[in-house]
Amino acid sequence: MNGSGIKITKDLTIPKLFVSQCKRYGRKKVAMREKEFGIWRPLTWKDYYDNVKYLSLGMVSLGLRKGDKVAMIGDNRPEGLWAEMAALCAGGIGVWLFQDCMMDEVKYIIDHSDSKFFVGETQEEVDKALSIKGDCPDLEWIIWDDPKGMRNYHQDCLISIEKTQELGKELDRKEPDLFEKMVNKGHGDDICLLFYTSGTTSLPKGALLTHWNMLTMGQNLMSVDPCYDTDDFVSYLPFAWIGEQMMSISCGLQIGYTINFPEEPETAQDNIREIGPHVMFAPPRLYEGMTRSVQVKRMDSSWIKRKIYEFGTKVGYKVANLRFEKKPVLLHWKFLGWVAYVVMQKKLKDHLGMSRLRHAYTGGAAMGPDHFRFFHALGVNLKQIYGQTEIAGISIVHRDGDVKFDTVGTPLPGTEVRITEAGEIISKSPSVFKGYYKNDEETRKSLVDGWLYSGDRGFIDEDGHLVVFDRSKDVMTLNDGRPFSPQYLETRLKFSPFVKEAWVIGDKRDYVVAVMCVDYSVVGKWADDKKINYTSYHELSQKPEVYDLVQKQIEEANKDLPGPAKIRRFVNLYKVFDADDEELTRTSKLRRTFVENRYKDIVDAFYRDTEVIHMDTTITYEDGREQRIKTDLRIQRIGE
Amino acid sequence: MAQVGGLRTNDTILKLEDVHMYFGKVAALAGVSLEVKQGEIHSIIGPNGAGKTVMMNCINGLYRPQKGGIYFKGQSINDLRPHQRARLGISRTFQKIELFGGMTVLDNIRLGRHVHLKSGIVSGSIYVGKTRHEELEARRFIEEEIIDLLEIESIRNKTVHMLPYGLQKRVELGRALALNPELLLLDEPLAGLNLEEVEDMARFILDINEEDRWRVTCILVEHDMGVVMDISNSVFVLNFGNMITDGPPEEVQKNPDVIKAYLGEEELYSTRR
Repeated sequence: MNGSGIKITKDLTIPKLFVSQCKRYGRKKVAMREKEFGIWRPLTWKDYYDNVKYLSLGMVSLGLRKGDKVAMIGDNRPEGLWAEMAALCAGGIGVWLFQDCMMDEVKYIIDHSDSKFFVGETQEEVDKALSIKGDCPDLEWIIWDDPKGMRNYHQDCLISIEKTQELGKELDRKEPDLFEKMVNKGHGDDICLLFYTSGTTSLPKGALLTHWNMLTMGQNLMSVDPCYDTDDFVSYLPFAWIGEQMMSISCGLQIGYTINFPEEPETAQDNIREIGPHVMFAPPRLYEGMTRSVQVKRMDSSWIKRKIYEFGTKVGYKVANLRFEKKPVLLHWKFLGWVAYVVMQKKLKDHLGMSRLRHAYTGGAAMGPDHFRFFHALGVNLKQIYGQTEIAGISIVHRDGDVKFDTVGTPLPGTEVRITEAGEIISKSPSVFKGYYKNDEETRKSLVDGWLYSGDRGFIDEDGHLVVFDRSKDVMTLNDGRPFSPQYLETRLKFSPFVKEAWVIGDKRDYVVAVMCVDYSVVGKWADDKKINYTSYHELSQKPEVYDLVQKQIEEANKDLPGPAKIRRFVNLYKVFDADDEELTRTSKLRRTFVENRYKDIVDAFYRDTEVIHMDTTITYEDGREQRIKTDLRIQRIGE
Repeated sequence: MAQVGGLRTNDTILKLEDVHMYFGKVAALAGVSLEVKQGEIHSIIGPNGAGKTVMMNCINGLYRPQKGGIYFKGQSINDLRPHQRARLGISRTFQKIELFGGMTVLDNIRLGRHVHLKSGIVSGSIYVGKTRHEELEARRFIEEEIIDLLEIESIRNKTVHMLPYGLQKRVELGRALALNPELLLLDEPLAGLNLEEVEDMARFILDINEEDRWRVTCILVEHDMGVVMDISNSVFVLNFGNMITDGPPEEVQKNPDVIKAYLGEEELYSTRR
């Protein structure tokens, strides 16, 4: 059971569950909160119900029919969730886009998904939609919710959420039971979401997920780590990421916990602290960011605070290591652990918004063991999750008390995981998707006899934990013939607060090399303290002192590595890898094939005896402008 | 871009008549006349030292012109002090930021609202009835109308001197708006900003001018010709204390005297586009 007493059957759909939860909680319980104008404003389940009902009926009166796609984009906010729920209630299919998608990506997804509706937030999204409307023949309506800047827009295809809801109310007066009828028509095997995965190699593929997929996944996760309807959850990661759907819809709706929306993306960290969520799921880069800010603040703090911090972490690491090794924690360590909690961990956890946290999950990309240990040393129950969009989010998770930082855990109930002869991870569960939209070839490749082929290489260790090595095609062969995961090295490098991104190269080469992107704010501050002058990221990254700083970080990561895996040469890149330049996916994974092509000159120069690389490339800004960069990069050697 | 002329009315909100301002024997303004219509964005341009800021200072009362009359909505304001003019609805920002660096963003903006608060020290310390209502209303106004408009939610509790320059400029605009002005004097609001910040600021100025909620008449002193020509209804050109011309941007751009005064600077405009 999932703690809420709800039984997931093939007949149940997300809208049916939504309606029954709304009836159950009504005005008595807060369904969501949004911080607006500096104040947390609650919405009860009754408010949630009314908003969704009228929006849904409004969309129907604008022409939404069963099976039509509704594309959505915007920051996390109640209106976003209403739009998704409204679309599902009318039998529509939700398509989420990342907020920072460039025009081409928006066009590709809207066109490929045949979306009929586009729900945006502000003028910015409306502009995007209007500029692609001509190329997307199926797109009929553009719905917006923030009136700011919309005073000069009078196109016929534009309508506000408010207006749509008014249309819905009108329809409701004419046909009072239409909404319930629509909801009752749904079946668990209907498609509810068309989810575009940000491919590390190719164009995005649209995964088709059913209500049954989403609900069983939520149920299985909740049976491992139960949540309660008194819990709080903060929704601040993009809805276009399956992890957020999993927490806000699959789990949130079943459990009925309160979903909190931050005021603005920039205030999310402060807002999380105000709420103090009980459960959190974020990709590694968020946790990496937290680690970095803690480390940087430590450097800035007074002597006494640094000493307390050092004491606290020392004890924390010791206790965490004992737990990892499943050894008993003796009484004096327990006592010291308590002291560390009182003098340091409690305060620090409060600053990170983690003081009430029961379970913290990370998934979506690899997380380095150092980060992992760091959070456990703080007393945060951080657990790995492994899964894909194609399995409605997750299939594997760490169990409490059985956390190993180099694994991703054991399968959820109802999930089978196997390793093929080629070493590929395959899984089977009720949550496995229906296939890719309009892409039979890829569907045939990844769905065989109900088994989902992940494309990841891994193995199952002696305790039954899955170890994910890397994407199969990314696994490198060292010069002594051993396989090696570049991702592992990269996550180790990223434990240094000075390093923002790293790209490790060395497949079938004589030695391993790395392209490093320094963290502008941290290294910038370090340079200020050292009185090193710079005017831009580019200039800062090329300072000899910064090269030496980065070298130290690499030597630290090199320490425990076998000889052939040690990094021998590196360059500091003149920019940070960015999703707008297609170097990262929207979920911040490195697109290796792409960067290998783009920075071919660098890769070649590493293995020639050159000292300096002449670069000539263009970079793209967020608003689409491009700038040409001509520069020289210096290769630095380590330990020769 | 702006629907130029769309919101302008025929009522005169501000009138300068033959204003003379001397510093010793130097004539900073030598008989300047200007008429600003309600609802427009009226820009004042001119080379450095032309007397633009002096004009702003005369309008808001920091300087008293030796000769000439200044009328706000038909009423002479020659004898009013700056705070009295502020109470009438004339608000301004400064070329060099004049915020209280040690105070938070919110406190700086609240200060702009102070002129409209009527409660005294005694009732303020008890905080009941009218005072409470007034305080809540002020809070609502600042949060919903200003912080939301200028998108400064994430810095509301930060101390001003810690903020980057571009954000400080925005806070200064926020403080000017807290006065709920009818006439807003913007003294080089775009100076020192990067391209993105310039675009944001131009958008805010348009919002303040065009949104039904605000409809504020703006007088804009600015060197960024691209923005000036794009968003203004009228452009007033000043050179060494004398008016060269005053008219719609398209006419001003063609005026040979303007080109002469700006000799060598025409390119400034073309490069910005």
